[in-house]
Amino acid sequence: MPKSAYQPADTNPVTRSSAFYTVRLWSVRHSRGLERVYKFLARIFLQLHPFWKFVGYSRAEKPVVLVEKVIKSFLFDCRMCGQCALSDTGMSCPMNCPKSLRNGPCGGVRANGNCEVEPDMPCVWVQAWKGSRLMQAGDNILRVQPPVNHSYRGSSAWLRATAEAAEARNAETAGASPP
Amino acid sequence: MTSQTSHDQSAPLPPLPGHTSRGRLERVLRAGEFAVTAELNPPDSADPNEVFERGAIFDGWVDGINATDGSGANCHMSSVSICALLTRVGYSPIMQISCRDHNRIAIQGNVLGAAAMGVNNILCLTGDGVQAGDQPGAKPVFDLDCMSLLRTVRLMRDEGRFLSGRRITSPPQVFLGAAINPFAPPYDFRPLRLAKKIEAGAQFVQSQYCFDIPMLERYMEQVRDMGLDGKCFILIGVGPLASSRAARWIRSNVPGIHIPDAIIDRLDGATDQKLEGKKICIEILQQVHEMKGVSGAHVMAYRQEELVADIVHESGILKGRQPWKRESNPDFAAVSDAVKSVEEQIRHPIDPAEAVAAVSEEL
Repeated sequence: MPKSAYQPADTNPVTRSSAFYTVRLWSVRHSRGLERVYKFLARIFLQLHPFWKFVGYSRAEKPVVLVEKVIKSFLFDCRMCGQCALSDTGMSCPMNCPKSLRNGPCGGVRANGNCEVEPDMPCVWVQAWKGSRLMQAGDNILRVQPPVNHSYRGSSAWLRATAEAAEARNAETAGASPP
Repeated sequence: MTSQTSHDQSAPLPPLPGHTSRGRLERVLRAGEFAVTAELNPPDSADPNEVFERGAIFDGWVDGINATDGSGANCHMSSVSICALLTRVGYSPIMQISCRDHNRIAIQGNVLGAAAMGVNNILCLTGDGVQAGDQPGAKPVFDLDCMSLLRTVRLMRDEGRFLSGRRITSPPQVFLGAAINPFAPPYDFRPLRLAKKIEAGAQFVQSQYCFDIPMLERYMEQVRDMGLDGKCFILIGVGPLASSRAARWIRSNVPGIHIPDAIIDRLDGATDQKLEGKKICIEILQQVHEMKGVSGAHVMAYRQEELVADIVHESGILKGRQPWKRESNPDFAAVSDAVKSVEEQIRHPIDPAEAVAAVSEEL
């Protein structure tokens, strides 16, 4: 980055090296593989729907959140917003954007593709665009995301997605075979 | 009699079929005219006359005045209140809303309030990060982003509901805008992002400062190929640079502005840098005017507002059209006086030497 480039008045006091972002960038580079893994896991979770229902989705929440948090924090620097958009955003977590943009990059992206607010961090949306180009459902990045529901923070996005998918499946089968 | 005139000036225009607002900006754009908007430098003051003065300087030259919402995350008079003052005297403000300082509850309330005061245009922005401004310790809100903000205001206008679904008895009739920056990476995603904004509800867009015509042309080519220029009015941002030093200062202090080295070299080579900056701005404005798919220009002359009239006049982009001009109104004698005093008041060009010194002192 040239010395003359824009510097925010107050940068994050935590100094970070590029190594800090290694895993996050790896995930974006391997977004296609991760997309497959995610789809596979989502199918298994959906098949486990009777089990979740038996245990109770709210009771399953705690152990699942524990696992989900460890995995996603390692791979994506997940912030546990509880409404995961990773499969729509090229496996680059939009909640890492200092402006928590969920619909694409702001106008302040630097010429070198880094964030305007945190000059050392690669812009999560530049990465998201790269990652989405590798993915099968990459054009999902063009979908307008609804505003974040802040009451979901800290809850399991996996279980929520599973419950929604199960409901949609039930509605479909109910619609296909009317009583 | 006098109150009658003042009422006429600030009353909304009669509704037209196909129009979502009753303001002049939408009319000018839909009539196919080349629209001009300008940006008001918000005062750090509680004196309403300062707002009238700063609005008066654009009188008769622009179709809309942008009221910025803490631009660059610096604290100034709020955009709602600037709009309240401007609509009082009949100006047509474009209220900017940034998501940095308000959550969805405050924003929806402001939209209703603004529409009640006669604001016809709302520009939905995400806003700069708090780190860019003078109070970097503030809590960044960013509850919505520009896209969900557009959707929210559109929902309020078209369906007459809040985000919660609760009914609004009289929905806000506003013309919805958004911002674009064709000059920042990822370049191939930028036109798609515009498409996304249009899908979310943007009817017009204003761009970041343009100093690079070839780059804009590449962007516009993609935009035209996607047919986006037919779905939304595109206003390109232009502005004069006071000197090469100011240009360098902007590059290193304002996020998201791309100034090619060629422009800085040209300023360096000029004897009167301020005049050269104005010339460059006029040239860019004329090229933007000729560009296919561009519906207007957004002239941002930060702390050189007195140049806007000159720039618009000398570039000839209005082609003789005279935008709405405030009629002199005895109720607002203060405004007429302000027009005279404004020349002396604002004619202090930005002194980059001072600004640079201030910044280096901090470091």
